[in-house]
Formats: sequence, C-alpha cells, structure tokens
Amino acid sequence: MAELVLMRKAYGEALVQLGHDNPDVVVLSADVSNSDFSYMFQEAFPDRFFNVGIAEQCLVDVAVGLAYSGKIPFANTFAFLLATRALEMIRTHCCYGEANVKLMAAYGGISDSFDGPTHHAITDIAIMRSLPNMTVVVPSDTVAVAKLLPQVAAWQGAVYFRLNRNEVPVLFDHTYEPTIGKAVDVRPGRDVTLLGTGLMLSRCLEAAELLANEGIDARVVEIHTIKPLDAETIARCARETGALVTAEEHNIIGGLGAAVAEVVSDVYPVPVKRVGIPDRFTETGPYAALLDRYGMAVTNIVKAAREAVAIKR
Amino acid sequence: MHYHSETLIRELSAKAQSFRIQVLQMVYNAQTGHLGGAFSVAEILTALLFHHLRLDPSRPDWPERDRLLFSKGHACAMLYTAMAHRGFFPVEELRTFRQLDSRLQGHPDRVKLPGVEICAGPLGHGVAIGVGMALALKMGQPKPSAATAPSARASRARVYVVLGDGEINAGVVWEGAMTAAKYRLGNLKAILDYNGVQQTGAVADVMPMEPVAAKWESFGWHVQEIDGHNMGEILNALDRADEVHARPSIIIAHTTKGKGVSFMEYDNRWHGMPPNKEQYEQAMAELEEGLRAWQSWS
Repeated sequence: MAELVLMRKAYGEALVQLGHDNPDVVVLSADVSNSDFSYMFQEAFPDRFFNVGIAEQCLVDVAVGLAYSGKIPFANTFAFLLATRALEMIRTHCCYGEANVKLMAAYGGISDSFDGPTHHAITDIAIMRSLPNMTVVVPSDTVAVAKLLPQVAAWQGAVYFRLNRNEVPVLFDHTYEPTIGKAVDVRPGRDVTLLGTGLMLSRCLEAAELLANEGIDARVVEIHTIKPLDAETIARCARETGALVTAEEHNIIGGLGAAVAEVVSDVYPVPVKRVGIPDRFTETGPYAALLDRYGMAVTNIVKAAREAVAIKR
Repeated sequence: MHYHSETLIRELSAKAQSFRIQVLQMVYNAQTGHLGGAFSVAEILTALLFHHLRLDPSRPDWPERDRLLFSKGHACAMLYTAMAHRGFFPVEELRTFRQLDSRLQGHPDRVKLPGVEICAGPLGHGVAIGVGMALALKMGQPKPSAATAPSARASRARVYVVLGDGEINAGVVWEGAMTAAKYRLGNLKAILDYNGVQQTGAVADVMPMEPVAAKWESFGWHVQEIDGHNMGEILNALDRADEVHARPSIIIAHTTKGKGVSFMEYDNRWHGMPPNKEQYEQAMAELEEGLRAWQSWS
C-alpha cells in the first residue's frame, strides 16, 4: 500500500517554495486559507498575501488587476466557488482578457466529502475546459503538486489547478518529471488503456492489478493536463491498445472522459468507457466510501475495462 | 490644488462636445451602439485623458502610466473617440466601430486595442480589478536579482475607475470597495457617472441606490459630489482626490444621460438605440450648436 500524504499540506509547502523562488508571486485568499493551506504562504510572506474576505468574485477580479500589473497571482478558494460563483470573472478577464491568473481550486471533486454536495466540485472540469485560453491541470499526488506548481507559475496564461483536500497515495518519486500538456505513461499494457486524472489515477493502478489477474493487460496513463489535452498520446494508446477507459472524480458529462472521446472520435475511433459520477449530486460521507458508492470504485474501472475490451475490434 | 485657466476649461469643454459629435456619427453609421451613457461621460473622459492622467499614447504599456479602467464598457464609443484624438490610434479607425476585423469591439477588448486596460461590458469589474492594480503599484516591481520582494519601490502611478450608476447595483462593486478601504488604497480613485438612468428606467426606480454618497462614505471612501458636465469642477475634484493618500476616493459626478441632445436627455430608450436619419440630423444640429457656443465663448 502506498504511503498517504495530505495534498493540501504539500500544496502549501510548494507555494512557499514558489514564493522564495519568484518575487512576483502573490497569493490571494477568500478567507479559507487554513482550509487550503495557503496560510503557509501568508506566514512566510505576509506582505504578498491578500485576504479579500468571503467574496470570490472580488478574489478573481483583484487577482486580475495584479496580473495585469505584472504580478503572478495565485487565487485560492474552493473549486466549486471558482468554477461557479466567480465564473464570469474568469471568463471575461482570465480567458478573454488573457489575465495571467492562477486559480488554485481547493477541495476538488468530492474530496470535501463530509461537507456534502454544496461543497463538492463535480462540474468544474467541464466548465473550465470549455473556456478558450484556459489551461486545466489536475495533479495526482503530492509529488505531482510539487513538480507541477512551478510550471503553473511559469505558464503564460490562466491555469485552473485542481487540488484534493485529503491524504492521497504517493504514486511517484523524484524521478517523475511531468510537463504541462504531456500525458505520463505509468504502467505498460497492451489490451486496454486506463486514463486516470487526480486521485483516480491510484484507483486505475489498483484496477490494473485486478485486471492482470483475469488476463487483461491494462496500460495506465496519467492525464494531469486535461487542457491542452495530449491528443497524440491518447491517439497512440487508442491505436496500440484498441480500447480506452477514463477515470475522474467528476460528473460523467464534460470532463476527462468527454475530452478523450472527442479526440478519439476525431482521429482513431475505439471504444471509450467513462468512469465518473453518473450525472447526479452525491451526499455527505467518508471520502473513500463516497467514491465507491457514486461510480468511482476500483470495481467500476475494472468493469469498464472488461466491457471496453469485449467490444473492441 | 492647481489653478485651471478659463482657456483650458473652455478648450476641454469644446473638445468633449466635439467628441459627442464624433460618437453620434459612429453610432449612426454603425446603426448600433450606446449613446446615452457615452454622452453623459464626455467631460469626465476628456478631463482624464487630456489633462489629468499621466500617460504616453506612444507607450500604452509604460509601467508608470496612470491606469484608466473604463468599467462602464457599453459607453465605449466615447472612450474610443477620446483615445483616438489623444493619439492612441488613428482617428480614421473610428469608422470601423463594431465592424468585422475592427480593434474597436462592441465592448472594449484590452488584447486587441493597446491602451484599453480592461475588458468591460459585463458591469461591476472596475473597482475590484482596480484594487488589484493599486495593490501591485504600491508593492512596486521587485528588482530582478532580489530573492524577496521588499526591495521594490512603490510606483507613483494612480488607478482611475470610471463607473456607471446602474453598474453599482452589482455586488462585486461593493466587495471591491470594501477591499480598497481595507488596504487603504490612496492610489485608487473612482469617478461615478451618475446620470440617473439605466437600461429600463430611472436608477431610482430600477434599484434605488440613494444615499449614494453616504454608502461610499460608510464603505471607507473619501467622497466628493460635483456637476459632471462642469469641466472646472471635474478638474478641481480630480486634484482634490490626489490629496487623499490613506484611503480610496470617489467623485460622484452628477450628469445627464444623453447630454446635449434634447430628445435623448433623461430617456432610457436612448441607452442602446441608434438614431434614424431624421433623429441623427436633429441631434447633430443640436450638438453642433452646443459646440459653436463653446467656440465663441469669451
């Protein structure tokens, strides 16, 4: 069993490191800094931290003004608030106006499980990836957070960085070198490719083990960048394995699964099975149990892989 | 306070009136655009762009420039006209307003048109974006070699936000206003074009905002109230706002929607309607008469 590490703490540490490395980095909060751990930056750089209160639209607009003035603002609040309450600010200024704002989406997916569906973000990927000029990045573990955050800072343009609230399995070590926009081969396989994003990558790896027991050789690929999507790697997986399964902590509509289906239907049609939340709100409960109940169990991935393999040409 | 000569006031007033004429032509030719709120803001924009702001049209990205955030983006025909005559782009380009391939989009686009500081049109953004800019200017730019920020020097540049009165219905305006007061942003100034009319009727009927001055005061802002068509009052108020250093400042400029054209004044139907030929000719005659009055003034 992989070691479990708190992702938001890893994020806070990575943010502080960024503060040391780049004096243009500033951090904004909508008064949840002890939830998302951006308080760590506040302690290290109090003059470069701004709390606008519980006002997410203001949070984004103030970040826009900082970005237009040469700063690299990291705006922190819960994912659902960025993607829904502050959406018009993001569309008009971060995307259309090309403001170089980094949107730090805490408590992504259903990771704030006990706070319930009001606090879950299950439509944010669909919303964000439909915006021109937006980049969408979802780290899978704490190593990915540390490796990707400096790239987010260096990236020209708005980035939506979706973070998990909880302790997550550590999948990667220091040899992991991700690049925004490039998928990562995690496990080789010939019969089907499991494309995982965020926490669901760890569940894809578990599913691959189970599939191996029944003679299905599953490849596992990490999609940490949902936009711009690595279409080349996805097309290669479609050609080489003939069947794809996507796994995401998101509504089945509009997220990674939809993005992958868009690519393969254009370039190399093969079966694509999508694992995610079956277009409904979930409920309050323990995180792992909630994932299992709402379509994101390891067994859901296994079943989807079997079905994809069964119908491939 | 600076002394503003009568000659300066007359010249700027005549300029503002001549911009109304240009805006009328633009909206008539395009048969689309917003006249009422463009006419009400003419003197305010003229005072800012032709006298008060420190700027260089040949260097729209000059870091030390004063920022003009035109938050009431629908009235951009007046912004474009004033910018063109100030030298940001050729006056002939005004003919392309709202047409294909134009930099003069239906609402301002900061990417297409250098000198435009923010995309605007969806109302309410100017104050909060201005807060971000004012914070950044106070922080200054760190020296390239510095590992930490404190070696930066604050910029002298100021941020000016031009707001509409219907616009302040929007909650995010007040979120930004609170944040500006919290951070004591003396380098942030707002000018409210209080023409009293929004798209479907009088501001007082659509969403009563009074007492407007008391609202801003209670949010921690320095407040002045002036006649927004009186150039002398505008210039004096801008000077006075410069003397406020520890908190944000707003000038509530009482104006007339559709100013200068008798049948457009106070009438919400002229918020976003282009004139027909007969209306255009009458409006043009009235505006030209107003311009002659300024030119013959002595």
